[in-house]
Amino acid sequence: MSKETILEVRNLSKNFGGVKAVSEVSFQLKRGEALGVMGPNGCGKSTLINLITGFIKPSSGQVFYQGKDITGIAPHKAVNLGIARSFQMAKPFYNIPVYKNLIIPLFSPRVRKLVGGKFGDRDEAAIHLLEDVGFERDSSIPYKAAGSLPHGYVKRLELARCLSLEPDLIILDELFSGMSMSEVASILPFLERLRDEGKTLIMVEHRLKELFRVVDKVVVLNFGKKIAEGLPEEVVQNEEVRKSYLGSEVDSSA
Amino acid sequence: MSAKVGYRKERLDRGIKARTDDIFAISTYREILYLILPRVFVIAGLLIFPLLGDFTGVYWQNVIVITCTIALLALSWDLLHSVGLVSLGQAVFFGVGAYITGFLAQQFGLPPLVTIPLATVFGALVCTMLLYPVLRLRGVYFGLITFALPLLFMRIIETTKVLGGTEGMSGLPALPSIAISLYIIITITLVCVFGFQRLFETDYGLVLKAIKDNDRSVIAAGFNISWFKAQAVFIAALPATFAGAFLTHHYQFVGIPAFATDYSILPLASAIVGGPGSFFGAMLGAFLLVPLSELLRDLGTLRIVIYSVILLIFVVGLPEGLYPYLRRKYFQFERVVSMELEEGGK
Amino acid sequence: MEASVLIFGLVNSATLMLVALGFSLIFGLSGVANLAHGGIYLFSGYVTWMLMNYLGVPFLLAVPLTIIIAGVLGALIYWVALKRVRGLHLSEVIATFAVGVAILELFRWMGFVTYEFTLPVFIKGSVDIAGVSIDYQRLLIIGIGLLLAFALWVFSRYTKMGLALRGMAQDEYTALSIGIDSDWAAALSMALGSAIAAIAAISILPLGIISINMGYEVLIMALAVSVVGGLESITGLVVASIILGFAKTITGTYFDPKWMEVIYLFALVLVLAIKPSGLFGKFKELEERV
Repeated sequence: MSKETILEVRNLSKNFGGVKAVSEVSFQLKRGEALGVMGPNGCGKSTLINLITGFIKPSSGQVFYQGKDITGIAPHKAVNLGIARSFQMAKPFYNIPVYKNLIIPLFSPRVRKLVGGKFGDRDEAAIHLLEDVGFERDSSIPYKAAGSLPHGYVKRLELARCLSLEPDLIILDELFSGMSMSEVASILPFLERLRDEGKTLIMVEHRLKELFRVVDKVVVLNFGKKIAEGLPEEVVQNEEVRKSYLGSEVDSSA
Repeated sequence: MSAKVGYRKERLDRGIKARTDDIFAISTYREILYLILPRVFVIAGLLIFPLLGDFTGVYWQNVIVITCTIALLALSWDLLHSVGLVSLGQAVFFGVGAYITGFLAQQFGLPPLVTIPLATVFGALVCTMLLYPVLRLRGVYFGLITFALPLLFMRIIETTKVLGGTEGMSGLPALPSIAISLYIIITITLVCVFGFQRLFETDYGLVLKAIKDNDRSVIAAGFNISWFKAQAVFIAALPATFAGAFLTHHYQFVGIPAFATDYSILPLASAIVGGPGSFFGAMLGAFLLVPLSELLRDLGTLRIVIYSVILLIFVVGLPEGLYPYLRRKYFQFERVVSMELEEGGK
Repeated sequence: MEASVLIFGLVNSATLMLVALGFSLIFGLSGVANLAHGGIYLFSGYVTWMLMNYLGVPFLLAVPLTIIIAGVLGALIYWVALKRVRGLHLSEVIATFAVGVAILELFRWMGFVTYEFTLPVFIKGSVDIAGVSIDYQRLLIIGIGLLLAFALWVFSRYTKMGLALRGMAQDEYTALSIGIDSDWAAALSMALGSAIAAIAAISILPLGIISINMGYEVLIMALAVSVVGGLESITGLVVASIILGFAKTITGTYFDPKWMEVIYLFALVLVLAIKPSGLFGKFKELEERV
């Protein structure tokens, strides 16, 4: 597999009325790598994701994707280039049945272009995707309005939505937040499989133990600045990282 | 613990409903009839009505023309609402369609057969372009600007005296006969109701509906939502500009009243009373409110007060609207079942 | 010529500011776009007129009474129309729109449309400033406008109640959790906004006759100012009032008075097309984009 750089972030910064939410962050990501982004609450992880995916325009700095400058790109264009993201506060389309929630990304310009004209049966594809992320096929859940889904399933649906776009780069913003231990445990093997299949992943996560099972390397943010980058085992030994997590235990056993 | 017996109402879906709301499992002719009979009644009733001119009289034929006009505006409102846009000025669409047709007929002497389609399409384009800047914004902006536009159009026409100024344009070519008028507008109304309904069952319609639910996720699925909203505004504008163009030729007159509040609040009230989100509801609302308003003709502007109050009651107290209620009753059994109550329970 | 443009520009700006203050206050404090604003404005004018002409209440007593009645009406609108649709922005807009139209058309039906409906000025007479004759009422409007804007600024920044209301507007859940009653706060902001609309009506209406269409026009003015300035920013409100007020005066003086009212539309469309969040709506834009 070629190891070309798929994403490069150069000196990316964002100010919110004087507050530096993200400041001078740089990193590179090669195709097929899985990157974890960690840091204490409010350190700018989600803002960083929003900057990369175009949901927020950066104050300065650049983002390169597959060698192209995509700084400040319109968010839907980023998707059509192959960057799919999940939201921390995942909200399904409440009034639409669960499986039809996936028809929307499956109908998107990107997927229509990839498949080339006729898609065949989008309903069937949607059901397949739901099975992939752990919905039971024969239950009635996929046919109910998505507003009635329990939280764990909402997150799975969000993941399925990302995958349905057949992305080159998947960005998962705190996928595990609000999920129970067993729910996380059941979805972890799936993420590991994604990585092993050679998908490029960025995961923003608080749960380090689970994160480290999936990712190859991590970037640590604190107060919007990158304070460390490297292999998970190295990073947790870093003094500055430990200080930033002061009070909340860094689990080095991972 | 002594068990007391209480009663509660239980609701059961009829057998023909399977899994989701729009999938039916039909096995007998009776069930097919049960499904299509309401539609058949509505369509047949509307198509037969124009033939009964001798019984109904011209007055009630005119009432049906106006009812259909308002129904079209209400359908347009409902489509916008389905995409998360609240229009407080359906009169913009109506007035733009009306003035374009009037202008074409008066300046170029074109027949209604040409001016009405032209005004419908161009009017919808003009309205879409006018509203495009607001589509980038969420929330109340669309409502505010649609509220302001008809008033300001009125003001511009008044002050600049263009397009006939306060006098308006009269003596425009008429449609051949009332029966033909009726058939045209009834057909268009039915096409719109069923067409919109069908549109929202397609994948394209699903995207439109999703924008209302959660625009962020639609963006994250790779859609340019401003562009989609613009398409929705264009589609929604079509029946409304048509209504304006049509009624202009029906009355053979167009003037500042084309931007009047009536054309904003009646469709809004119809759609809300009928039940927003179900295009049949918008039509039902119009067929209830407009004839009612004809009966109350002597009350003058008090009618607008009455609509406003009805509107308020529904939007605050009965947001579901009439049509979804009736539909639920039609597709469900209700029966009383007994249940055991524990001591101390209610 | 220059002096008159300056003075009448100021008068027009102050008028716009007065008219927009109530609307903007309600939007800023409770997030409700109160489309009944024009209705409340006109209602206040007619109430003063009715108090004076039907009940023979002296003007100086009718003024505070009207302000109180308008405030009560505002709170009432909240309890009747808004409480149950709180947070559903689309329904809120429809509900206030319905209330506004109902009030205005009710007055139209009751026949409040002739020339007899005028309100008295506070002080009769006029004064010459730099060769321009200007009546006291117009000067008063400038004074009241400035005073109210300042008072509101102080209120929302330095009083406990104002801070509580602003907290509510920013984060309802947090505000609830520290013991601010959401309904109470929203009803209060509606009452305040309506009372300010009444003050605006009593100051501005004496300049002409009261007519129903003014209700709609006032709402347009308030919308134009709020949208141009960026909803919920007091600085934006003042600046937008000045821009629009002078634009209107300059149009009326150097071009054609008949275009004066069209300025609002022009400004609305221009701002929405170029910087939809308004001149001072920075944070709004962030949020709106996502």
